[in-house]
Amino acid sequence: MIDFSRNHFELFGLPERFRFDAERLDEAYRKLQGDVHPDRFAAGSDQEKRIALQSSARVNEAYRALRDPVLRAQYLLELHGIEAMAETDTRLPLDFLERQLERREEADAAVDARDSRALAAISDAVRADAAEIETMLAQALDEEHAYDAALMPVRELKFLSKLEDDLDAMQGDLDD
Amino acid sequence: MALFQISEPGEAPIPHARRRAIGIDLGTTNSLVATMRSGLAVVLPDEDGRPLVPSIVRYCDNGVDVGFAAMAHQADDPQNTIVSVKRLMGRGLADLSDARRFPYRFVDGPGMVRIGTRAGVKSPVEISAEILRALRMRAEASLDGPIDGAVVTVPAYFDDAQRQATKDAATLAGLPILRLLNEPTAAAVAYGLDNAAEGIYAVYDLGGGTFDISILKLSRGVFEVLATNGDSALGGDDFDHRIFCWALETAGLPPPTPADARLLLMRAREAKEMLTGHDEAPLRATLSDGTKLDLALTKETFTSITQTLVGKTLQPVKRALRDAGLAPTDVKGVVLVGGATRMPQIRRAVATFFGQPPLTNLNPDEVVALGAAVQANKLAGNREKNDDWLLLDVIPLSLGLETMGGLTEKIIPRNSTIPVTRAQEFTTFKDGQTAMAIHVVQGEREKVADCRSLARFELRGIPPLAAGAARIRVTFDVDADGLLAVAAREQTTGVESTITVKPSYGLSDSEIARMLRDSFTHAGDDMMARAQAEARVDAEQIVAATQSALAVDAELLTASERAHIDAALAGVKSQIAGGDHRALRAAIAALNDATGEFAARRMDRSVQAALSGKRIDALS
Repeated sequence: MIDFSRNHFELFGLPERFRFDAERLDEAYRKLQGDVHPDRFAAGSDQEKRIALQSSARVNEAYRALRDPVLRAQYLLELHGIEAMAETDTRLPLDFLERQLERREEADAAVDARDSRALAAISDAVRADAAEIETMLAQALDEEHAYDAALMPVRELKFLSKLEDDLDAMQGDLDD
Repeated sequence: MALFQISEPGEAPIPHARRRAIGIDLGTTNSLVATMRSGLAVVLPDEDGRPLVPSIVRYCDNGVDVGFAAMAHQADDPQNTIVSVKRLMGRGLADLSDARRFPYRFVDGPGMVRIGTRAGVKSPVEISAEILRALRMRAEASLDGPIDGAVVTVPAYFDDAQRQATKDAATLAGLPILRLLNEPTAAAVAYGLDNAAEGIYAVYDLGGGTFDISILKLSRGVFEVLATNGDSALGGDDFDHRIFCWALETAGLPPPTPADARLLLMRAREAKEMLTGHDEAPLRATLSDGTKLDLALTKETFTSITQTLVGKTLQPVKRALRDAGLAPTDVKGVVLVGGATRMPQIRRAVATFFGQPPLTNLNPDEVVALGAAVQANKLAGNREKNDDWLLLDVIPLSLGLETMGGLTEKIIPRNSTIPVTRAQEFTTFKDGQTAMAIHVVQGEREKVADCRSLARFELRGIPPLAAGAARIRVTFDVDADGLLAVAAREQTTGVESTITVKPSYGLSDSEIARMLRDSFTHAGDDMMARAQAEARVDAEQIVAATQSALAVDAELLTASERAHIDAALAGVKSQIAGGDHRALRAAIAALNDATGEFAARRMDRSVQAALSGKRIDALS
C-alpha cells in the first residue's frame, strides 16, 4: 500500500523540479506498480483487492501528471498555491493568441489543399515554440522559483499542447 | 482437516497445492482453453486431440451441442445453430449493420439483441456461456478437479458493454474469473516471455470477427501497452462474406435461403483457407432447389475483392501509432495473431506498412490462449520461474458524459493506463435545480449520438441554489478488467448517487440471477458434477494423507482406535466412487473426526523430535 498523503514527486522519490530525468520517473513508476498493481492481489481478499485498485490508480494518475510537461508545470504551481487553469481567469497575451489563430487558419487551408507537408511545417513551428517555453519555465520554476511569473507561460504551453494534438489529428485524417 | 497440519517445513502437504488456473480465448470462430504444466503453457485438447472448439452452439430437441457436434448441423439447422455469437455480445439490434447476414430469428428489445431458438429466446451472453461451460468441463476433466481461477480474453477494442457481457457469460458458465485480458496483450505476453523480447512491438490481431492493433513497450519484464485501436466488427468472417457475394454475383443467383447462405459461407471459408497455400480454389455447392454451383476463385480475384478490407485494418494501425507518438520504423517486431492473418495479402500489407516481415514463429490460433494461461497461473498465485513480470494495459475508447447540446465531455481519454480514477465537477444550469441527469457514453466522437450510450442515471436531492452554485462531482473508476463504475456526489450536502455501469446494453444483476437459476434447472447435473468433483478431490487428498500418516506413526494408536480410523477410511473410499457429493462430504467429516486425536499425538511427537538434541539456549 502506498502513502496517499504524499505528493506526486514524493511518491516516486523525485525532486520537485520541472526539468527532471524522465527515465528515472519511468523506472520508479514501474517499480511502484510492480508492488501495488491489482494483478499481484488477484487471489487476495476483497480488501486487498480494493486497496490495490486505489493504489494503482493513484500511481497511474501521479505518473501521468509528471510525465507530461504541461501537467507537471501546472502541478508545481499548484504545490505553491497557484491555480494555473482557474475557470474564472483564462487570460492569455493578445499577440500570442493572434499568432495561434493565424496558425489554425493556415492549418485549415493546408487540410483543404490536402497539403500534408504544409501541415507538418505548422506542427514543427508549434513544437519549437513549446520547447522554447519549456526552457523558460525550467529557468523560472527550478532556478528563480518565480512561480507567479510562470503562470502565463504555463497557460501558453497548455494552449500549444492542445493545438499540437489538433494538428496531429488533422494530419492523421489527411494520411488516412 | 487435522492431518494436514503435519508436514515438514518446505514440503507441500497436499499433492495438488497448485491452483487449477486456466486461460480461455473465447473467439468468434474458435475457442481454446490452456493451462500451465511444468512451467509451460499448453492448450488442452479434446478426447480426439483437437485443440480448437468451434464457437458454435446448437439448441437441439434434447439439450445443447457445442463445437464440432454443433458445426455439423450449421447448414441443415441454421436458425438453432448459432455461429459467431461474439459479434452480438453487448450489442442491440440497431448496432448490427450486418444483421441481415445472420439467418437467426432476432428478438429486439431494450439492451442486447436476443435470438429465438427452439429452446426459447437466448441472449448472446447465455449462448457464449455454453461455449465457456464446454471449455470449463474440458479443463476440469484434464486437470482432474474444479477450476480455481480463469482469465478470459476479449478484443482490446471491446467497449464496456461488450466486456461486461463477456464477464457475465463467464459467471453464468460457473467460471471463477480472475481477469478479463485483452487478446493482443495476451499474445504479447506469450511471445515476449518466450523470446525475452525488449523494445517496441506491434500486435496485429485479425480474428474471425474482430480486429485489434496494440502497440507495446517491452522493457525488463514490464509489458506496457502504449496504444490500442481496432474495429470490433471486422474479421475473417468479412472475407468469407466477400467471397460469398462474389459467388452469388458471378453465378447470377438470387438471394439464398438461410440454409443455402450458411452452406455458401462454409464453402467460401474453405476456399479462403485453401488460397493460403494455393493459387486457385474451387467453390462447389448444390443448393436446396437443386441449382449446382461450380466456380473457381483465383488468388488474384480474392486479393482484389478483399482489398478494401485489408485497407480497413491499416487505418487503426496508423491511429494507434499516432497515439503512441511513434512511426512504423520505431517498431522492432510485428506479432501476428488470429487465424485470418494466415492470408497472404494480410502478411504482405503488414510487411509493406512496417517495412519488415511479420514474426510468424508462433501459432496464431493458440498464442492468445497460451498468454491467458500464463497470466491466469500468475494471478492464481502459482509460483513459476521468471514470473516477476508486470502488465500495464489501457482502455481502448474514451469515457465521458453528455453535456449541454448533446455534446460529449471526455473524462478519461482513450489509451489511459488502467486502473484509473478521474473526477470532474459540474454545476446546475437553472436556478433551484434539484436533480441532474447523468448520461455516460463511450467513444471518440464529439456528438453523444455518435458514441455508445453506457448508462443513464439521475442525481436527486440537490439543494435548490442559484444556477451555477451547486458543485456536482462525477467520478469515473475503471478497474483492471477495463470495466467502468460511475459515482456522482453533490459536494455541499454529500448526496450520493452511485451506479456501476452495466445496464442498457449489458444485463442487469437480476437478469443474470434469473439465467443462473435457469441453468441450474436445465443443467442441474452440471452443478452436481462440479460439487462432486470438488468433494472427490478433497476426499482423495485426505485419504492419501491418512494412509501416509498410518504408515509412519501407526504405533501411536490402540487397536480399537486404529479400527475406527480404518472404518472411516473405508467409508470415504466407498463414497468416492458413488455420485452423491453430500454423502461423500459426510464421510470426509467422519474421517476427520476419527483422526483428530491421532493428529494431535503426531504433532506432539514431531515437536518433541524437533526439540530433542537442541540446547535450550538455541531455542530462545
